[in-house]
Amino acid sequence: LAPWVPVVGLEIHAQISSNSKLFSGSQVQFAAPPNSLVSFFDASLPGTLPVLNRRCVEAAVMTGLALNCSINKKSLFDRKHYFYADLPAGYQITQQRVPIAVNGSLSYSLCIDNKMSQMVTKTVRIKQIQLEQDSGKSLHDDTRSQTLVDLNRAGVGLMEVVMEPDMCCGEEAAAAVRELQLILQTLGSSQAVMAEGQLRVDANVSVHHPGEPYGVRTEVKNINSIRFLAKAVDYEIQRQIEELENGGTILNETRAFDSKLGCTVPMRDKEGKQDYRFMPEPNLPPLILYDAKSLPANMNHQQVINIDWIHERLPDLPSVKREKLVEQYGILPEHSFALLNEDGLAEFYENVVKQTRMKPKRVIGWVLNDLLSYLKQHSLTVKESPVSSALLADLLNLLEKKEISSTAAKQVLAELWKGEGKTPLEIVKEQKLQLLQDEKELEQICQAVIDRQENEVIMMVLG
Amino acid sequence: QVSAALKEGRVSPTELCQQCLSLIKSTKFLNAYITIAEETALKQAEASEERYKRGRPLGVLDGIPIAVKDNFNTAGIETTCASNMLRGYISPYNATVVQKLLDQGAVLLGKTNLDEFAMGSGSTDGVFGPVRNPWSYSRQYKEKSVPKSHSEDKESNWVITGGSSGGSAAAVSSFTCFAALGSDTGGSTRNPAAHCGVVGLKPTYGLISRHGLIPLVNSMDVPGILTRCVDDAAVVLGSLAGHDPKDSTTIQDSFKPFELPNLTDVSKLSIGIPKEYHAPGLSGEILAVWSKAADLFRNAGAKVVEVSLPHTCYSIVCYHVLCTAEVASNMARFDGLEYGHRSDMKESTESMYAATRREGFNDVVRGRILSGNYFLLKQNYEKYFVKAQKVRRLIANDFVKVFRSGVDVLLTPTTLSDAAPYKEFIKEDNRTRSAQNDILTQAANMAGLPAINVPTALSERGLPIGLQFIGRSFQEQQLLTVAKWFEKQVQFPVIQLEEVKRHDHDVFQHEKSASFS
Repeated sequence: LAPWVPVVGLEIHAQISSNSKLFSGSQVQFAAPPNSLVSFFDASLPGTLPVLNRRCVEAAVMTGLALNCSINKKSLFDRKHYFYADLPAGYQITQQRVPIAVNGSLSYSLCIDNKMSQMVTKTVRIKQIQLEQDSGKSLHDDTRSQTLVDLNRAGVGLMEVVMEPDMCCGEEAAAAVRELQLILQTLGSSQAVMAEGQLRVDANVSVHHPGEPYGVRTEVKNINSIRFLAKAVDYEIQRQIEELENGGTILNETRAFDSKLGCTVPMRDKEGKQDYRFMPEPNLPPLILYDAKSLPANMNHQQVINIDWIHERLPDLPSVKREKLVEQYGILPEHSFALLNEDGLAEFYENVVKQTRMKPKRVIGWVLNDLLSYLKQHSLTVKESPVSSALLADLLNLLEKKEISSTAAKQVLAELWKGEGKTPLEIVKEQKLQLLQDEKELEQICQAVIDRQENEVIMMVLG
Repeated sequence: QVSAALKEGRVSPTELCQQCLSLIKSTKFLNAYITIAEETALKQAEASEERYKRGRPLGVLDGIPIAVKDNFNTAGIETTCASNMLRGYISPYNATVVQKLLDQGAVLLGKTNLDEFAMGSGSTDGVFGPVRNPWSYSRQYKEKSVPKSHSEDKESNWVITGGSSGGSAAAVSSFTCFAALGSDTGGSTRNPAAHCGVVGLKPTYGLISRHGLIPLVNSMDVPGILTRCVDDAAVVLGSLAGHDPKDSTTIQDSFKPFELPNLTDVSKLSIGIPKEYHAPGLSGEILAVWSKAADLFRNAGAKVVEVSLPHTCYSIVCYHVLCTAEVASNMARFDGLEYGHRSDMKESTESMYAATRREGFNDVVRGRILSGNYFLLKQNYEKYFVKAQKVRRLIANDFVKVFRSGVDVLLTPTTLSDAAPYKEFIKEDNRTRSAQNDILTQAANMAGLPAINVPTALSERGLPIGLQFIGRSFQEQQLLTVAKWFEKQVQFPVIQLEEVKRHDHDVFQHEKSASFS
């Protein structure tokens, strides 16, 4: 059987973290009462006009720079037309002709063979990043034959990040999205929480034989978590392979991922190919960005965006942070990944290291194995940990000074976990876990044991 | 002059307001107004009166009765765009230009009639019926018209106002207000100004805010100013122009209101006469008036040169493509969901949309939406829309070249003939009429240039003929200065309306047109 090459591309919509919407002053807030955050413009009242939100542009520029894109100094806005209840104006303002950023790349890492011990770095090309409006939400009430429309989300700023089809499986897609999520959260340009709809991923999947042209692709939507992304992609790849091997064909269609059944199903809503009748948005002049070289001399700082200024102020990206952790503390790359993968964990670790004499290479095990597994078991975040970095540092200091054994330390940790406010030292004393350091005392105890069990000792000595 | 009268206490704002309201009532047959905001107007007049009493008027416009075309949002007052789609629609906000006028103390009498959604050149295609040109009832017209049979009365012979801001033009022309706002996308302010014998100013695109003006073609629309004299237009312009953060297409440069000098020496002026504006269908009369005007300038010492704007003949087709495309887009929001008319059709959302739009829009609007969507289809986009944009660039460049060659202002006719009788006008459909009538005005919208109609003379039928001046971008001061000089030279006669005479007041008694500056 000829091998199959799966091809996976992604379209990711990240909600911009800003106080107000992309083109109007109404607030951006999750789970507010329906239709309470709707300005005249969001409701498409006739005569209202879009006004570009500076913060949204900055967020897109930051993201573009972090993804190694070229920032287009001149980008344009367009209208994309279609009729739907959650799109009051009958069109979405987006950037179809010339988006704000193009031609970037994202590096991400995978463990090969499921072991954390071997990580390999992959890269996916970023085709472009465009600014566009989010739509409102519509809920279909079939029992009463009506649709309920909430426009709170209508007009919120989105960055659409298009990843080229450089990925080959669910794991790669998931890893790439995870890394993007971390980058966005580090930049602060998006909170990127999938559960709150701040990060939405659509996957484009196709398969072909090596040397042959790409196969027909399907679009998979309704993916609500990174875990489901991997599942959905892998399922779809399998489905396509089976279909083709059975002599069938793949339709260029949109499919929804059903998380309960773990499969993709055709979406009933989308009919045929839509012609969006793109047209330039006449109410918004081209978006002009400057850099240090092109910045006009007496331009009002409030009125312009300087790409170089933003570049200089970018925080350390996750990949840089990981490198620094590895270099500074001598930990393994996979450790640095694990540290950054959990919100606040890297900080926790660094705090423990600061407060203990134990070598960082030893501390990492305690943080990643013991602490983290406790947190996971109890579904707690690092912030919610009953064991603070100070407490853990105290405990590790006892261990380092050889006042307790590592088995005892684990026991103490289990006790600390209860969060009763006791210090490690108090627990050690309570449970009499101290290691005896006095040699003479030890000799006495050993001698006592040997004396009591004479027979067994002789048996042991004889063999 | 009326402003001075208000200041000197010769007349009070409430008196003035009441006069106008009562005149509106007695000229109801003109159908110039859709909504009359009597209560709020009187309140505004009272507030103004208070200010005058305390010697603290807000400015020249304080207490001046004005009217606004019904495609501008007015908070608390119905805004219909003469369409079933927005019948009963009460906007929650004021258009920026409306707000500015109110902030200056102007008294808003009401909303004026138009072609539905400003689509048309006759003000005949709105759901509230056509607007009648006040000149139809003037002594000047009646003297010249020969009744065909004695049963024929003034009812059947009336002429159109032109459009689409016909209601505003008629309101100013019939003295029911001292200034009115119109809109101009292809000539919609200048065309009715010419037919109604008033001054109609189309400002440079980007000078005045469009926030709150319900759009026809976003890239060409401008708020238009209709007044009885050029000085008044300058005053209104001064209160409206300037950057609006709510409208990203307004320029950032600060605007300084100006007073128009009384030009006496035109020898340094260069007037361009574009030969392509000798358009097919241009009446002999208008051609003659145009010629005479050119001579007027020449004899006064100005340099008058023939120039060429070679792409003028393509502008109608180009306009058609770009206009319908933007219309299709702008009308997409009218789906009955958030505001406006909603059909009773409940089968599905789609069917509700379709029924709402069929019921809410007239044929003209629907026709343009269909055309526009056709041009925007992926397979047609390059061929039509992009091509039209390129042609638009060529048209704009024609003007740039001419102005660069030393010409200060262009002089052209505004319309092909004087106002047509309604019965004649409706023999052809809206699209045909628009294509015919927009031809002289619409290139200025393509290029975003300022242009003004100045009433010049009466035709053989006793109806107004106006001429158009087109100026350089943002050079309204120069444009209006020239227009004012011309206005002084031609001394266009005052309309003699019985109804106005009955409302005799020294404010209305002038030899020249009544003005407020």
